Order: sequence, then C-alpha cells, then structure tokens
Amino acid sequence: MITTLADLLPLMPLLITTATTIVAMIVIGIRRNYAVTAGITIAGLLIASLVAVSMISTTNSQVTPLLIVDQYSLFFTVLICVTAMLITIFSFPYLANLDDSKEEYYLLLSIATIGAIVMVSSNHFVSTILGLETLSMSLYGMVAYPVHSKLADKFPLEASVKYLVLSAAASGILLFGMALIYAQTGTLEFSSIVNVTKETPGLGTGFAIVALIMVFIGIAFKLSLAPFHMWTPDVYEGSPLPATTYLATIGKSAMFVVLLRFIVTTEALSFDSIILVISLVAIVSILAGNLLALLQNSLKRILAYSSIAHMGYLLIALVASYYVQGAISVEAVTFYLFAYMVMSIGAFGVISIVSSSEKEFDDIDDYQGLFWRNPWLALVFTGMLLSLAGIPLTVGFIGKFYLFFAGVEAGLWTLLVVLILGSGIGLYYYLRVVYRMLLSPKGGERFKSGGSQYMGAHGVLAFVLALLLILGVYPTPLVSIIETISLNIL
Amino acid sequence: MILVWLISILFVGGIIAWLSERINPAYPRIIALITVVLDLLLMLSVLGSEPNAGGWIASVNAEWVPRFGISFYLALDGLSVLLILLTGFLGVIAIGSAWDEIKERAGFFYFNLLWTLAGVLGVFTALDLFLFFFFWEVMLIPMYFIIAIWGHENKNYAAMKFFIFTQVTGMLMLVSILMLAYFHLVQIGNLSFDYHDLLRIEMGNQIEMWVMLGFFVAFTTKLPSVPFHSWLPDAHSQAPTAGSVILAGILLKTGAYGLIRFAVPLFPEASLSFAPIAMTLAAISILYCAKVAFAQTDIKRLIAYTSVSHMGFVTLGIYAWNEQALQGAVMTMLAHGLSAAALFMLAGGLQHRIHTREMPDMGGFWVKVPRMAVVALFFSVAALGMPGLGNFVGEFLALLGAFQANIPITVISAFGLILASVYSLWVIQMIFHGEYTDKKIDDSHLTDLNGREMFYFGAMMLGLVWMGMYPQSFLNLSQPVLVELLNNTQSIFAAVVQN
Repeated sequence: MITTLADLLPLMPLLITTATTIVAMIVIGIRRNYAVTAGITIAGLLIASLVAVSMISTTNSQVTPLLIVDQYSLFFTVLICVTAMLITIFSFPYLANLDDSKEEYYLLLSIATIGAIVMVSSNHFVSTILGLETLSMSLYGMVAYPVHSKLADKFPLEASVKYLVLSAAASGILLFGMALIYAQTGTLEFSSIVNVTKETPGLGTGFAIVALIMVFIGIAFKLSLAPFHMWTPDVYEGSPLPATTYLATIGKSAMFVVLLRFIVTTEALSFDSIILVISLVAIVSILAGNLLALLQNSLKRILAYSSIAHMGYLLIALVASYYVQGAISVEAVTFYLFAYMVMSIGAFGVISIVSSSEKEFDDIDDYQGLFWRNPWLALVFTGMLLSLAGIPLTVGFIGKFYLFFAGVEAGLWTLLVVLILGSGIGLYYYLRVVYRMLLSPKGGERFKSGGSQYMGAHGVLAFVLALLLILGVYPTPLVSIIETISLNIL
Repeated sequence: MILVWLISILFVGGIIAWLSERINPAYPRIIALITVVLDLLLMLSVLGSEPNAGGWIASVNAEWVPRFGISFYLALDGLSVLLILLTGFLGVIAIGSAWDEIKERAGFFYFNLLWTLAGVLGVFTALDLFLFFFFWEVMLIPMYFIIAIWGHENKNYAAMKFFIFTQVTGMLMLVSILMLAYFHLVQIGNLSFDYHDLLRIEMGNQIEMWVMLGFFVAFTTKLPSVPFHSWLPDAHSQAPTAGSVILAGILLKTGAYGLIRFAVPLFPEASLSFAPIAMTLAAISILYCAKVAFAQTDIKRLIAYTSVSHMGFVTLGIYAWNEQALQGAVMTMLAHGLSAAALFMLAGGLQHRIHTREMPDMGGFWVKVPRMAVVALFFSVAALGMPGLGNFVGEFLALLGAFQANIPITVISAFGLILASVYSLWVIQMIFHGEYTDKKIDDSHLTDLNGREMFYFGAMMLGLVWMGMYPQSFLNLSQPVLVELLNNTQSIFAAVVQN
C-alpha cells in the first residue's frame, strides 16, 4: 500500500503536536527562555486542537492499519490537546521558581500528549503499545522532574521509580495478553480479534479468556482500578502537581478510550467470565476507593482514591455496553470522561495554583477557612468537589445520570446498588473538605496566588468552572455532539 | 412564564444579596426580604387566574435535553398553589427570624436561604421527573451550608447526616425515575420524563413495587417517617432558627407533596397493596415519636420529634387515599408548616436570649416574658390539635378519612392526639410555669418579644385561626386536584379489587 501525503492529512493534530515538540526543542537549544518555551507549547497545542475541531465533521478514515481517525478519536484529540494546554498554563507559575532547568518539562508534556493522541486513535495493539509507552515514558520524567531541586517538597524520585517499575510490569502483562491473542488469531487489529471470542480454532476458549483478562489487567493497572491501585496514592502524592493532573486526566482518559474501543470492537464481553471479572473489579474499585479516601488528610491522596472510585463507576457503563441497544453506554462513558476531566482539572488546578515546586499545600488543614480567606478559590474548589460527588447544577451530575441510565437500561442492579453506596460514602469525604473550607480560618501561611503570572491559571479556573456549571444546567449541546460521535465506536 | 419568574427571581435575588454584602453588611437582609415579598405578590397574582381544562393554572414547557426526552416543564395547580404560598409566607417569616440572629457572613446566608426557597418552588411545580429530581437535589446544598456554617455546637455531624440521608435516598429515587423512563421507551417507543406520559405506563406487579419503593424511601426520608427519621432531630437542633423554619415548615412538606403527586398516582396498584405497611409506619411514627419527644430535654429536639409525629398523620391520610383523608393531609401540611415553624422560632428565640436549649434549666419564664409565654401557649395548643385552629381540621379530616380505609390503625393512631396534648402542655409547664430560678442560666438578655417578632407571630396566628375557622377557602383550592388524582386511580383500584 502506498501512502500519499493526502493520506496523512487526518493526522494533522498529531503532526502539529510533534512539530511543537521539535520547535520547542530547537528553541531551547538556541536560547533557554522559560516563558517562550511555555508559550510555544501552549500555542502548538492550541493550534492542534483547533485543527482537530475543524476536521471533526468531515474526517473518518483509517490511516495505515495502525491509526483510525474518526469523529470519536478527534473528539478526544481535542479534549486531550485542550487539557494539555490548560495543564501547561498551570505548570507555568508552579515551576517558575524551580532551581533547575525547567524548559524541558514542556517537551515531556507535549511528547506525552503525542502518546495520548496515538492512544485515542488506535484500533491496533501496536499503536496502543506505542502510544501507551510514549505517554508513560514522558510521565516518568514529568513525575520525577524536580528531582535535582534542593527544595523539592515531596518525593518525586520515589514516585517516579514506583510508577516506572509497576507500570513496566503492567505493560509486560498487557504485552503477554496481546501475544496470546496473536497466537490465537494471527492479528493485532481490534476488529479482527472478534474471532477470538466467536470461534476459537486454536487453543480453546479458556485460552482466549486468559488472554483477554491479561489485557484487561494491564489496562486496569494504568487506570488504577482496584486491586491494581496500590501505586496511585503514592504516585499522586509524590509527583509535582501538574504531573499529577496530567496523569489523572489525560493518562486515565486516553487509556479508557483504548479499553472502550477494545472491549466494544472485539466483543470481549460475550464471555460471561469477562463480564464477571470486570464487574468484580468495578465493585472492588468503587468500595476500596471510596472507603480508603475517608481516611486521608492529604487532598492529593483523597483525589487519588476518589479517582479509583470514579474509574470503577465508568466500568459500570462499560459492562452495560454489552446489554443495551444503541450507543447509550458509549455515550455514558464519553460524557463521564469529559466531566471527569473538567472536574479533575479544576480540583487539581486549585491546589496547584496555591502551590509551587518548593511548597505544596495539599493538607486538608491548609484549606481551613478558605471560604473567607479566598472566596474565589473556595468557590471553584467547592464546585469541583460537589461535581465529583455528583450533585446537580454541575456537569458531574449529568455524568452520573448517564451512568445510572446505562445501568438501568442494562439491568445491572448489583452494580447500581454499589454505585449508590459508593456515592453515599463519597459524599462524606468531599463534604469534609467543603466543611473545612467553611470553618473560621486559623492562622497559618497565606497562599500566594495573586501575581500577574497567575492570571492565566485563574483564567483557566474560571473557564473550567463556567464549563462545569453551564454544562451542568444545559448539557444539550455536548449531549448531541457525544450522541453523534459515539456512533463511530459501534 | 410566571413560573419561571417565580423561581428565577429567587435565584437572582440570592446572588444580588450575596454581592451586596460588599457594599453594606445590612443590605443582604433587605434585598432578601424585598425579593421574597415580590415573589409572594407574584404568587398571589396567580390566584385569580382561571385554571385551564386540565386544572392547571399556569404552565411552561420547553425542551431541555431532547436526547433523553427531558423538558423544562413547570405547572401549577391548586395543590401546588397552596404549597408555594406556604413557601413564600414562611420565606418572609424565616428572613424575619434571621434578621437579628445572623450577623456573620449575612450575604452568603441570605443567598443560601433564597436558593433553598427557589429549589422548593421548583419541587412544588416541576412536572418533568428529571426536573423534579434536579430541584429536589438543588434545595439540599444551600440547606447544607445553612446548617454547616451558621449551626450550633455539633453542626458538622448534623449537616453531614442530613445531606447523606437525603442524597442517598434521592439516588434511589433517581434509579426509579430512570426505570420509569426506560419503561416508557420500551412500551411507547421514546424516552420521556413527562409526568403525564409516565402515568400511562404499565408495569408488572413485582417490578412496580420495587420502583415505587425508590420513591417511597426518598419521600419518607424527607417527610420524615420512621424508620428514616433519625436525621431530623440532629438537623433541627443544630440549624439556626431560620434554617429550622425552612426545614420544618417547607422542606418536610416536599416529601408529602411527592407522595401525593408522584408515589401514589404513578404506582396505584403497588401503593394499594403497600398501603397497610405505609399506614402502619405512619402509626408507629405518630406514637413512637410522640413518646420519644416526651423524653427529650433539648427543646428543639422535642419539637423535631413532634414534627415526625404530626407528619405521621400526613402519611396516614395519603395512604388512606380518599378525598377526606387527602384533604386532611394537605391541611395538616399547611397548618403544621405554620405551627412547627412558630415553635422553632420560639425555641430559637429562647436560645438566642439565654444560650441554652435545655428545658430543665428553664422554668417560671411566664413572669419574665409574658408575651412570649402566651404566644408559646397558643402554638402549643395549636399543635396539640385544639378545635378552631388549622391543625385540628387537618388531623381530624385525616383520621376521618383513614377510618374508612383501615379502622384498627386509625384507632391506634388517634391516641397520638392524646400524647400530643401531653408533650405540648408539658413543654409549657417546664419552661413557663413553676418558680422562676435564674441560677443555671444567664438571663441578662431574657427580654420579651419585640414588635417585629410579635408581628410575624401574629401573622402566623392569624393564618392558623383562618385555617381553623374557615378551612373551606383552602380546601376549595386543593379539592379539584385531589378529586382528579382519585378519579385517575379509582378505575385501577376497582380492577384490582375485582381480581
């Protein structure tokens, strides 16, 4: 097959992001300038997302066997590029005082974005692995970034090594699963793997089930689903905040899109045992995530455990995709991922805006009385927490509504009961943070977040809060976009 | 359109009140008062208009989320009118009771107060079940803030308990609502959350019971009824006075309203077979909580338990499901709204003056605060069901109707009236009678009711006397609605009985 230049046009967002990285690298080579590097990254990601937006209505093509560029992947490309851009804006003041070279951080960030874009466009195991490793490798660097800093507040090296070792092990399991599937079917394309579930000429159904479960476990690790979640709180806590945000938003959602495509395309759920495994993982994740979050005093750890629970919620919609007619469960996953990214950016954004690489304020005590000390930040944070808890007027509620709807349509009563229980427990630790912010302030350090370099970050918070409220009250535009793009998955 | 105005005025007024605090800390309460009075006037202006063929006085219906068949559908009938008038009236009273009490962060307080009222108005008028659920939850958050910020010594626990109880049971209701919508999809072919559409769905007996229970649990938690009542005493005793007024006067009524409007009409068969259990729970609520009330020393907890007891008559009336019983339930809701709010305000006023809610520390206050004592006596007597006042009409009608449905339970429940006299008079005796001793309390601020307080207590007395002397003016409004609801379910009941 001859690939012409025109065939590469659908890859424009990917190419632009790559070009951004190269340009930034060259500029750093010529002259180090922190603001310019960050500016190039922001501009590149912005252009990439705008190009992706302009392509979304017309493009639908398979570019080489490895990448599929359809409306669904473009939707997530936009989402990822915008999120990466917002995280860059947060990173700027956060790293401004780092006593080490700080420009390369933005290279890592944009390379990770390349990996994420490849992942959401992948319907082939090779591109999945390529994307995943590109993303993970850069994340190891981002997590460990302040390692030479004498003033680093947390333990970036410990977090990075922990993430590296465990993540590599998970990749190994994932690859083993893929190899087993390859042994069975002789192909690595998702769409050809359908055969593995329908007829198993080679080594029998047990073999296929083991292969699928190994792939799922590899992915579950990256999504920090219980019981593969042990690394999450430590890595979240040890990493610099922008890296945590990146991991929690883009890292999770890119992986989930792969899982969704994989499960839906290969019809893996036609095995009862796969459904059972996924359901059990969902139940354990929801309960473990929510219960363990109750015991935490560090906001980063609370959000880490709550992300375990949220990934568990998402699995419910994934399981539902087998039972329901139409695309409703895919829509549920998509909407919830969108909502989850919005709320996570906001929640981590508030913490990172008051923190810097020398001093991170992530203890719940630091936020006592924030409502009266800094109403604006407290308002944003409360909005994000209530949204994470799924309270109306916020986009998180609509997301949860979707999940409930998919669950009801599929008749997954046990999972729904667990979802209700989990949300009930979740209320407690989200409200605990809100309550602390409502109390009277007691001494302690005041946050510095007023300078001009924070303007951009405050702008992002305002943007995210507006998105949270507008889509929470009038979700129709997003709902109809997601309704259209979700048809691509089926 | 007027319905949108009613709700949005409160939302906007809340924001303005909050912002105005920066200019002058005295502005929020003035703005809040103007907003609610304006809203009340708007409500009164609706009263004159003639209902259309379906019995709806005003309605607005617009697409909201077409993907799920969700519409922004508000409508007002006689029953809703009574309840939104109660909301507006108690809204004014609540602002009055907060006037001097809330000094700190007043802007945010009135913001929360107005948003709670807006949520309640939405609940009373929404006819799209998604929208109903939306408002149902919207009224919780500001109420949580009211308890958590301006509450008393144990406010975190109380606010958290209140929120988790109502939110978790609310999610059960959400599942039930979604099942209804899904059945509509299966049977009629499209998704809809419209009340009128969902009335037409038919379900198997067993599944109908489960779906109905989702609603029942959510509504009886809010009402509250045994066994979901335990959040109420905590919430009430910790809430600031205005919070208690809103909670007891209005928020509890949303549960009863939900039962009348949704739980029974949507699931007539399941409700019919469930009625004996519901009525038993009601009887247990009436007697058990009256007994528990008697054991309290904290005056606010006592009134909270009596609320649960009185709400038992409402449940009893609703599940008897005949005209008299329903009228009784509605009257009880209105009358209890006023009497409980007044009692909580008296308790709050006392706490504000002497910084305790413990009744054993009080005694002989009649000589010190004669006006307050008379007012307290009036509302206690109203609460115990003295003929001539609203509560009597409500509870009498509820029992009369319930007697036709289930004699043993009604007879047992009627003993609640006796217990009510016991605890009501006991409160008066504990606080106002006996020797005046000032050993345990600091009585330097124990002053009698001032003019403002007399004004709003007077208004509430007037309301109760009006309800007691000429209940027909209220019954006339709700009667066509209730008859319509009864007619719709009658044919189904008849079919069930025949089988």
